[in-house]
Amino acid sequence: MRNDTSDIFFKYFLALFPCLILLLVGGILYQLLSSSSLAIHKFGFKFFASRTWDPVIDEFGALPFIFGTCLTSFLALLIAVPIGVGSAIYLAEYAPSSVSKAISMLIDLLAAIPSVIYGLWGIFVLVPLMRNNVQPFLGKYLGFLPFFQGPNYGVGVLSASIILAIIIVPFIISISREVIMTVPKVYKEASYALGATRWETIQKVILAHAKVGIFGAIILALGRAIGETMAVTMIIGNNPNMTFSLFSPGYTLASVIANEFSEATSEMYLSALIEIGLVLFIVSIVVNILARLLIWTVTSGESLALKTGV
Amino acid sequence: MKKVLAFLVAVAVASVAWANSLLINGAGATFPYPIYSKWFDEYAKTNPGLSFNYQSIGSGGGIKQITAGTVDFGATDGPMTQDQINEAPGRIYHIPMVMGAVVVSYNLPGVKTGLKLSGDVLADIYLGKITKWNDARIASENSDVALPDQGIVVVHRSDGSGTTFIFVDYLSSVSPIWKGKVGKGTSVNWPVGLGGKGNEGVAGLVKQTPGAIGYVELAYAKQNDLTYAYMKNSSGSYIEPTLESVSKSAEGVVIAPDFRVSIVNSSNPAAYPISSFTWLLIYKDMHDHAKGEAIVNFIKWAVTDGQKYCESLDYAPLPASVVGMIQEKIKQVKY
Repeated sequence: MRNDTSDIFFKYFLALFPCLILLLVGGILYQLLSSSSLAIHKFGFKFFASRTWDPVIDEFGALPFIFGTCLTSFLALLIAVPIGVGSAIYLAEYAPSSVSKAISMLIDLLAAIPSVIYGLWGIFVLVPLMRNNVQPFLGKYLGFLPFFQGPNYGVGVLSASIILAIIIVPFIISISREVIMTVPKVYKEASYALGATRWETIQKVILAHAKVGIFGAIILALGRAIGETMAVTMIIGNNPNMTFSLFSPGYTLASVIANEFSEATSEMYLSALIEIGLVLFIVSIVVNILARLLIWTVTSGESLALKTGV
Repeated sequence: MKKVLAFLVAVAVASVAWANSLLINGAGATFPYPIYSKWFDEYAKTNPGLSFNYQSIGSGGGIKQITAGTVDFGATDGPMTQDQINEAPGRIYHIPMVMGAVVVSYNLPGVKTGLKLSGDVLADIYLGKITKWNDARIASENSDVALPDQGIVVVHRSDGSGTTFIFVDYLSSVSPIWKGKVGKGTSVNWPVGLGGKGNEGVAGLVKQTPGAIGYVELAYAKQNDLTYAYMKNSSGSYIEPTLESVSKSAEGVVIAPDFRVSIVNSSNPAAYPISSFTWLLIYKDMHDHAKGEAIVNFIKWAVTDGQKYCESLDYAPLPASVVGMIQEKIKQVKY
């Protein structure tokens, strides 16, 4: 390898950009910590454990919002991952290339729809459907489970999770499909030559090769689900209660900030809302680390960063 | 982000307008935004060289901006607290500009506008104590209506809002239990119910959900043909929310000289009880002579000639007695 000064200059020049990202994250963390110091000093760890959110008496706790964010994101993944990965496998392996290309283009279009549009669709189409058809059905046949009990409003945790799933599914399909398509053709041909069926090839060769990338797609989608604000706010019912009934209204971290920030007048109130932002930041990091650990164990230590670039 | 954007817009507008005219910046409540923009528009027609830039960022934002001095006037739907007034660098005047009301809307198959409700029943519905529409306390006020045996779905605003402030201010004034347990503010800790974002969120939930009850601004309810209840006022009459009955709330009652007064549950026998002023916030001592003069002249015009634009936009005009008080008050502003 020949080295010259322009090369060295270019290396350090490029290194500036990741440093900017570090600076940005550090700056966000510093700002969140300093602006929420009032609430941090007053509530301490109680902030994470308290269920009271009362702006009138300046008493704040984040637990119902943490619960709501984690529950809706988890449910959204539960719905979106099978649909997303299944579609990606079909599009990459089975569909004729013209169909695959056309559908992929539509999926990329879906990913570009603003979430307020999804929210409006949720209010006018999904919520009535959930209230009149889906939830009564679930209540009737699965009502023995605690998840499908309680009054049926249409808005609530289940509807919000479905909206979230619809929002994140295009990300999972789009990235997973790209990753599956990068599996070298010779691997597949070798597998067929050994007498494997198509399903065996997908399972043992393609998915084995692409799983790190697919997990990367899921993590990206999870990040989107945790931070999604407007569509969830419009559908979830905005009530900070904590039950395992998916019919009941809930509340998420991002929603409470979006709802209350503009009218927060007292210093303590504002500080508590910013601490909610800090909690959201922490929840995102913790969930990301957990997801990466999970992948790390599943893929037995293959370098995730190298293959997905995330 | 919003603030940065608002700032950038303000800078852009300011740099264009700066050349040969006077620009007055204001920020605050969203509720009076339609009438304020109508006023600014009409007033600028007769006063060339003067323009207004109003950002409807919410009452809380308006109070913050006027306290920080980044705008020439603020606007709010709920009066500033004593703490907030003490925080401001100068003396702040509250000037009522127009009146609004909150109506109680519901979705009961077969029941039209005009269900009769009293304050304590409404408070107990929102406290979760009355849970059925055919509850004896609702039925006793509505003997002529066939009330269904249906659960009540309570709907409230999820976003902080002046509308919520007026509504819970009313509930606090009629129900000691509400006052002690929940209290008043732009957001409160709701004992029960679903939260909808904005008037449209609440109206959407009420319209869609059988058995729902919610509250929205009078103007919004009228423009969208929502059903609404007649509320029992302090004299025991059930009053339909109209522009006249809202204006009556500030007539014949004692108004504090600083105008920081709640007029919910007014003692006027013809008043609709869930009514309120919306205020402009200005400093008593304005440092910029030209701007101070322009703002004072604008307020004088808005509370007199400007009131004629109220009706078409579904705001209730100020009663003459209050207009007189404002004209006296505004004389004390120095610029």
